[in-house]
Amino acid sequence: MVDVSSATRGDLRLTRITKSYGDFTAVDDLSLTIPEGSFFALLGPSGCGKTTTLRMIAGLEEPTVGSIHLGTTDITTKRPYQRPINTVFQNYALFPHLTIFENIAFGLRRRGIKSVDADVNKVLDLVELPHLAQRKPTQLSGGQQQRIALARAIVNRPALLLLDEPLGALDLKLRRQMQIELKWIQREVGLTFVHVTHDQEEAMTMADTIAVMNEGGIEQMGSPADLYDNPKTAFVANFLGQSNLIKGRIEGTAGDNLVVDLYGQKISMPKSRSHAVDSSIYAGIRPEKFRISLVGTPTRGNVLSGGHIEEVSYIGVSTQYQVAMPWGQELMVFEQNDDGVPPFDKGDQVVISWEPNFTFALRGDEDVEAGTEVAPDDLDEDE
Amino acid sequence: MRMSKTLSKVKLPYLLLLPGFLFLFTFFILPILNLAQTSTQTPIAGGDTGEYEQTLRFANYIDAFIENREQFARSFIFAICATLLALAIAYPLAYAIAFKAGRFKNILLVLIIAPFFTSFLLRTVAWKQILGEEGFVVPPLRTFGIISESTTLTSTSFAVVLGMTYNFLPFMTLPLYASLERIDPRTMEASGDLYANGITTFRRVTLPLSMPGVVAGTLLTFIPAAGDYVNAAILGNPNSKMLGNVIESRFFKIVDYPTAAALSFTLMAAILILVTLYIRKAGTEELV
Repeated sequence: MVDVSSATRGDLRLTRITKSYGDFTAVDDLSLTIPEGSFFALLGPSGCGKTTTLRMIAGLEEPTVGSIHLGTTDITTKRPYQRPINTVFQNYALFPHLTIFENIAFGLRRRGIKSVDADVNKVLDLVELPHLAQRKPTQLSGGQQQRIALARAIVNRPALLLLDEPLGALDLKLRRQMQIELKWIQREVGLTFVHVTHDQEEAMTMADTIAVMNEGGIEQMGSPADLYDNPKTAFVANFLGQSNLIKGRIEGTAGDNLVVDLYGQKISMPKSRSHAVDSSIYAGIRPEKFRISLVGTPTRGNVLSGGHIEEVSYIGVSTQYQVAMPWGQELMVFEQNDDGVPPFDKGDQVVISWEPNFTFALRGDEDVEAGTEVAPDDLDEDE
Repeated sequence: MRMSKTLSKVKLPYLLLLPGFLFLFTFFILPILNLAQTSTQTPIAGGDTGEYEQTLRFANYIDAFIENREQFARSFIFAICATLLALAIAYPLAYAIAFKAGRFKNILLVLIIAPFFTSFLLRTVAWKQILGEEGFVVPPLRTFGIISESTTLTSTSFAVVLGMTYNFLPFMTLPLYASLERIDPRTMEASGDLYANGITTFRRVTLPLSMPGVVAGTLLTFIPAAGDYVNAAILGNPNSKMLGNVIESRFFKIVDYPTAAALSFTLMAAILILVTLYIRKAGTEELV
């Protein structure tokens, strides 16, 4: 029998977890605390160790080194069926020989609960599929199976609900809809959700806290806004959205600001947004933070001049410009199309400007390509 | 042009069916009808041995059954024993190949089929050696006092069941393997995740999902085992004769064609009824 009482509830703590398969280290010395009641996302590309981490929390894999605590209970070596943790599997893994009702009742029955009807019907209502109770899983669409997999897990009211790429098999429209629904259900039932995904948009839409994983470790952890606005590494800057990273030097300070030289042009940025260790840095600015203006028109904030428009792509909601700078780099600029036709043409001589507060600084020895070469839409998970 | 195209499209399925139908008609339907009319014949008064005439004597069936009811019962008891024994051996084997064998999967599957490279008869005769006084089974069993000095294993019912188990084992293993291999291992993980321990997961998930293989394997073992006579002839004794042996001797030794034919039909009918009941009970049509 599984103890789902308050003693086994609380924060989930992973302490110095390492998981190796022979020579390959999937998860490397990872420590992590997931607060009770939060919607937590593990985000990273294929092979970053996020699924392995999830499987260790579920009990499907045992860590080579380290410990896992739920509240005050050490669950490191507990079998999956001994943990008050349930999983929504990537391909749902519904039981094909059982009806939807029996699929959902499975966990309750194994815990020796006799009257399951009320609980099962309640979650069927929650996922809005009460009319499918007597169907078999193969008679359901992908989106319906996804909801049943969720219902089968949350009916047990686990201390922790694990979601392994739960929306990966759905089409884009359904995925968007389910993202909102999942978030709503999490608030409704008040359980801790741990969501594994390679889709940064999905993680940012749903999670309170995101841990970005890369090569078996956590690259950076924080709220979606923190991670996006102030990434600490090039990997995070590139994996979550797009970034312009410009090589530069810190020349000095002026109050709370740093004065930075970018290829001979001076800009300023807040000290608190620098993650550099010495004067050599990469200055980072998100493409939508840039403004473009024709040479000779007034500008404010930081200014980089000498550029010309190299490429114009009309996206609908915005227009993307590639601006060639004198030092040979092309900067990406997104302009909202809130005032009609795109005002700039290929070849226009322009200056780029932005608010100093939007600048972040990375260490000068970072690999600026990190996090860009992995295709975030790569669906196969061969971890 | 268009007309003839549609016509040939309509005809095509029948053309494809034709060779199989002709073959089965000539070599299955006609012999069966011939067997059916033989089963109600009676000896010609004053005729030679083996000369019969059609008198539609359906009492042949009752006579044949009453006379051989002991062998009848034995056929089914032996076949059921061999089927259960084969299932007990094949299920863990198929399970191990499907889930635990890793890269040895294909080698193990070839080994399952390997016995078919030698003749069925030779393999059965080999069991006489294996179970014989000088074999490697009897002496150790005697040493440890499991069987007495006077007990032998050859020419026993035990040897017949063992022989059938061995001979039909691949027919049990392969469908079981095919069925187990199709199970998504994540459904077993999901079962563990939903508070089922190993035994419960097997009972509630793995076994039900492998039922198509269990049904196919037991049928492929039971049906030929019930009609078998080679194992009883080579490994048995006069008191372990099965119905197949009776039919064989009626046909070829006693030249009593009507009784042999009536017994054949009774056996077929009995197997058909049992199998239908079994499939109904196992309810495989409900499985995916």
